[in-house]
Amino acid sequence: MIKVLFFASLRERLDEESLEMEAEGLADLGVVLMRLRERGGIWSEVFAADQTVMMALNQEMTGADAAVKDGDEVAFFPPVTGG
Amino acid sequence: MNEIRIQSEPFDPNIEVDILRAGNPAIGGVVSFIGLMRDINEGETVSTMTLEHYPGMTEKTLQAIVDEANQRWDLLGSRVVHRVGEMKPADPIVLVAVASTHRGEAFQACEFIIDFLKTRAPFWKKESTSEGSRWVDARHSDDDAEARWKL
Repeated sequence: MIKVLFFASLRERLDEESLEMEAEGLADLGVVLMRLRERGGIWSEVFAADQTVMMALNQEMTGADAAVKDGDEVAFFPPVTGG
Repeated sequence: MNEIRIQSEPFDPNIEVDILRAGNPAIGGVVSFIGLMRDINEGETVSTMTLEHYPGMTEKTLQAIVDEANQRWDLLGSRVVHRVGEMKPADPIVLVAVASTHRGEAFQACEFIIDFLKTRAPFWKKESTSEGSRWVDARHSDDDAEARWKL
């Protein structure tokens, strides 16, 4: 299993803080994102190809080509606005 | 020497700077940046702001930025303090303070740390205005500021 977290406007729009996914068949973060998009409804809007979504793997910012394995913590969020 | 803190309580930037420079007479200069909450954004009055973050990743990211600054410049200590939760206009949101022997390194390291904090550290601002609440959009100018450092 992998843990998937959502933050800020993504969390609010999805009305979901986190979920778990079977790691099998999830080659990289791009595939995870595609699976989320396939859930339909608001999920397909939030993860539409024209949306700017940032991602992290095990608490490090990365890109869609980052490989995913069992036990990983994945996060999706909008561009950051701290400081 | 290098302290990183995320907290919901308000902080006093002057006290943080005093602690940074205390007990080290080798320090010749301290440069600090204090980010404050503004009461107007994009033409609308903002009454309160709530900051969300990604616990764990935030601390890791800030540590990596401070480590990189220490690789690039000869520093004698630094402090990064960032608030989360609800705050009101004029509250300090963030402090980056850097100490070094001479001013040049402290100025550069301080700007480097705040530039990368802005584009890499997982914080998100939500403003409350008379029209309701809204998430603050990221600024392109922050990406440009980061790009200058050519990591």
